[in-house]
Amino acid sequence: MKKDIRFVQGNEAVVEAAMYADLDFFAGYPITPSTEIAELLSYRLPIKGGKFIQMEDELSSMCAIIGASLTGKKVMTATSGPGFSLKQEAIGFGVMTETPCVIVNVQRGGPSTGLPTSGSQGDVMQARWGTHGEHAIIALTASNDQDVFAMTVEAFNLSETFRTPVILLLDEVVAHTRERLIMPKPGELNVVKRLRTSVPEGTDYHPYLPREDGRLPMSDFGGGHRYNVTGLAHDMWGFPSNNPKIVYGLMRHLVDKIQGHTKEITRIKEFFIDDAEYLLISYGSSARTALHVVENRRARGERLGLLELQTLWPFPVDVVQERCASANCVIVVEMNMGQIFYEVKKAVDDPGKVFLANQIDGSFITPTDILNILRIIQGKGA
Amino acid sequence: MAVRDYIRERFFPHIWCPGCGHGTVMGSMIRAIENLGIEKNNIVVISGIGCSSRICGYLDFHTLHTIHGRALAFATGVKLSRPELTVIVPMGDGDAFAIGGNHLIHAARRNIDVTAIIMNNNIYGMTGGQYSPSTGYGDLATTAPYGNIDQSFDFVKLALGAGASFVARTTTYHATSMIKILEKAITHKGFSVVDVLSQCPTYYGRKNKFASPVDMLKYYKTHTTPIGSEAKEKNPDLIERGIFAQEERPEYCVEYDKIIEKASQRKITNGKV
Repeated sequence: MKKDIRFVQGNEAVVEAAMYADLDFFAGYPITPSTEIAELLSYRLPIKGGKFIQMEDELSSMCAIIGASLTGKKVMTATSGPGFSLKQEAIGFGVMTETPCVIVNVQRGGPSTGLPTSGSQGDVMQARWGTHGEHAIIALTASNDQDVFAMTVEAFNLSETFRTPVILLLDEVVAHTRERLIMPKPGELNVVKRLRTSVPEGTDYHPYLPREDGRLPMSDFGGGHRYNVTGLAHDMWGFPSNNPKIVYGLMRHLVDKIQGHTKEITRIKEFFIDDAEYLLISYGSSARTALHVVENRRARGERLGLLELQTLWPFPVDVVQERCASANCVIVVEMNMGQIFYEVKKAVDDPGKVFLANQIDGSFITPTDILNILRIIQGKGA
Repeated sequence: MAVRDYIRERFFPHIWCPGCGHGTVMGSMIRAIENLGIEKNNIVVISGIGCSSRICGYLDFHTLHTIHGRALAFATGVKLSRPELTVIVPMGDGDAFAIGGNHLIHAARRNIDVTAIIMNNNIYGMTGGQYSPSTGYGDLATTAPYGNIDQSFDFVKLALGAGASFVARTTTYHATSMIKILEKAITHKGFSVVDVLSQCPTYYGRKNKFASPVDMLKYYKTHTTPIGSEAKEKNPDLIERGIFAQEERPEYCVEYDKIIEKASQRKITNGKV
C-alpha cells in the first residue's frame, strides 16, 4: 500500500497524532509558537463531531479540558511558556483528581515574555515542579516530526493508563520545522482506550479506590455513577478528608503510581552507545544537533554516542546510570543553563565526568557550539 | 422524591455554621430540581472554593468541586462536551465576581446554557471574614479593619452588562419564591445568573452589627423590594429582587452544533480538506 507522506511542521504533526489518538475536545488560547495547533484543530475537530473552543485565557482552557475529560472525552490543550505558567494551578487539580489530559508546551525563550519566536528548553523543571505541592508528573518530548507524532499518541496513552495529566514538551524549533512525516496507518500505533468501571449502576462506585493492579477505572459524568471530584485531599469516595491515614494513602498513591512505574514510562533512542567514550545526552531539537555531531565524528573514527531522552519525567535514573557507566565523559546538550544536566549528575556513579554543552542566547544550538565545548573538555583549548 | 433523597447524608454533618443561609439555598435548589423532574444522572453541579462551594459534597448528583474562581471554566468544558446535561454552578460572591469575574462575563457573552447561582453573603467566609466585591463601602471585615473603601459591584447590572440572557436576584428570606426563580433559571436555555443574598452571621453579620441570623433575614425582608415597585420609587436605596432579564438568544452549544453540521460537509482526502 502506498505510503501517506506529508510535508508538515511539528505543530501539524501534533494535530495529526491527536486526531489519530481520538482527540474529542480541545480548549486553548493563541500563543506563539503553539498557535497553529489551535488553528488546525479548530478546523479539524468539528469535521469529526469533536469540539473546539478558544477560551478567554490559558487558565480557563486548562479548566475546560479537565471538565470535558470528566465527561469521558479525550482532551488536549496547547500553549507556550507564559501560558504554561498560567495553567499550573489547574494542572495540579488534574493531578489531584487523576484526570487524563494532555498539555502541549511548545517552549520558547523565557522568562516572562522572553523570546516568542525562539526555541529554548527552559521549562523542563517547571514541567516537573510548576504546580505547587508534592506530586509526580509525566513529561515527554521529541526531536522530529515522526517522533512528535509517536510521542503525542504516547502522551494520550500514558495519560489514560496512569490517569494523569501528561505534558508534551516541545520547542519552537521542532514545532515550526517543516519536514517529512509518514502517516501511520490506522491500527499501526497502539491507542489506549479509557478504562471504565464495570461496577453496575446502583452499586457503590468508588472513584478513587485502586484495583489490585493499581489502576482506577473511571465513570463518565452524566453516566450511571454519581460521585464527587475535588482538589482537596480526599477519601476513596472523593469526599474531602484531612484524616492523616487517608492523606498518607492518597499522597503515596499519587506519587508511586508514576514514580514506581518509571521503567514502563521511559522512552529513549540510542545512537552508537555501546562503545561510546564521549556520551552525549540530549532531547528535543537539541538532540538533532547532538546527533549530527555524533555521526560526523564517528565517520572520523571518534567514539561518540547519543542517548536521546523522550521521557523527561519521571527522570529515567536507572537507564541513564546504566548507559553512562562505561563512558569516560558524559555531555548533556540542552538549550538552558542546565536542567536535565543536574538530573544526569545525580544519576551517574561519577558526577565529575558530566559536562554541559548549551545555548542560552535564543539562537538554535549548532554542532560548532557543541564541538567547541568538547574541545575544551578534551583539553585542546578553544 | 423526598428532599433527603437528594442529599449525601453519609457526609453529614455539614460544615456550615448555625444560621448560615447556604443551607436554605441548597434546600430551594433541591426543591426546584424535584419540581422540574430532572433525573439525578443528568445533573452536574460544579462549584469553586468557599463555604458556598462545599455544597458539592452534600448533593447526590455528579459533583465537581474545582479551584477558586474557575467553576464556570470547568462548566464550559462539561457543557460543551455534553450539552444534554443540566449544569448548575453554585459559587460564592468572591468566587464569581473577584477571581472568577472574567469567566463569568465570558460565560454570559457566549450564552452557554449553565445556571450560575451566586450565594452572595458579602464576605469571604471560609477564610475568616475578609471583604469581597459585594461587601460595601464602610463595612468592616478582617482585611478592612478601618472600614472598606471598595465600592461594591451590583451583580445584576454586571451580569446584564455582560449580556447574560437570564438575570435574577432573590434572598434567603424569600426561600419559597427562590424555588420558582431557580426553576426558571435552570429551565432557561442560555446563561442564567441568580444573585442570592444569603446571610453569613458568623463573619459579615458579627462584624457589621447584626445581632443574629434572624436580624439578617429581617434585613433582607425590609431592605429589598420587587422590581419597579412603588416602595423602590419612594426609596431608591432598596435592593430590587425578581427577574431582570429573560431573553431568547442563540445558545453556545446549539451554535457549535451548527458548526459541526457545516464542517462535516467537508471531506478529507490525502490530508487535503
